[in-house]
Amino acid sequence: MTTLLSPARPAEGLDTPFVIAGREFRSRLLVGTGKYASNDAMVRAIDASGAEVVTVAVRRVNLDRTRDEGILYHLDPSRFFLLANTAGCYAADDAVRYARLARAAGFNEWVKLEVIGDQETLLPDTAGLLEATRTLAADGFKVMAYSNDDLVTALRLEDAGAVAVMPLASPIGSGLGLLNEFSIRTIKHRLSVPVIVDAGVGTASDACLTMEQGVDGILMNTALAAASDPVRMATAMRCAVDAGRLAYLAGRMPRREVAVPSSPTEGLLE
Amino acid sequence: MPNAPPPTIFPAMSDITVGSGTITPVVNGEARSVSAGSTMGDLLRTLALDPQLVVVEHNRTILRDRAQYDALRLATGDTIEIVHFVGGG
Repeated sequence: MTTLLSPARPAEGLDTPFVIAGREFRSRLLVGTGKYASNDAMVRAIDASGAEVVTVAVRRVNLDRTRDEGILYHLDPSRFFLLANTAGCYAADDAVRYARLARAAGFNEWVKLEVIGDQETLLPDTAGLLEATRTLAADGFKVMAYSNDDLVTALRLEDAGAVAVMPLASPIGSGLGLLNEFSIRTIKHRLSVPVIVDAGVGTASDACLTMEQGVDGILMNTALAAASDPVRMATAMRCAVDAGRLAYLAGRMPRREVAVPSSPTEGLLE
Repeated sequence: MPNAPPPTIFPAMSDITVGSGTITPVVNGEARSVSAGSTMGDLLRTLALDPQLVVVEHNRTILRDRAQYDALRLATGDTIEIVHFVGGG
């Protein structure tokens, strides 16, 4: 698969730096580490994605060792930026506790904050999210907040101290793609902090269309892990994120509902 | 061994067992018997866990300094959570 892309990033020299809270990241594609068929498949897919930021979850160690070891046995923390999440938390207090446990691992003070409000849709609890963002920001965390695709919530999260807001394209693990281009565009237009679309992207066209809205990046997990061939899908996503980003920066042509010929209308034979 | 501790006639505190000989802190939700006098460091060694790869919470206080594990004496009823990073989005 390495022959498909040149070693250089396709967007190199054509894109602007991707900076969150003063730290520059090399890829606008952020990936999760959950739900892969094997750790080997995960590592190969992440390599193919070109991602620098990889998310991880905090869970109890299985003391009788009947399950697999922790992710750090498989993922070299010196090669990736580990972004701990608070997945599974339904209350602000729980999310704060998980974030602090993650920070104590000693890698960084960043957190992908999730405070979930509904088990069926896994949609965020806005009140809990705002409360946890305030608490963690005051405690020195760099909070990247997983949010609804709602402008007012996004603005409030920015006010609360989030260093990035992460609105969903569609529900976590749904693969439904970008459901509301307008709200994502509006959020990006109105916020000063980076906007990274998190959740719902299913295939490369979803990623490309999302990046074409002008957002700063995309975080995805299931789209890679649940693809029949995660390495191929990760490569496709890497291309799609670059393609969508460059198309956005390039500025698309206006839409017209009539045809306009591309070839000269003069010089035609009599 | 220029850095060896000076010899002493007293045994190390962690080698002293008291009372019935065992205590039962609750580790990751399950009561677990360990020798009386055990420290957090002893518990991690018993469980064969690499301290660099886990984070420990003791009675809801996160132990941010791994150097304190060997000084922290456990007691019956202590609630200990040992967590690590797993795959997730």
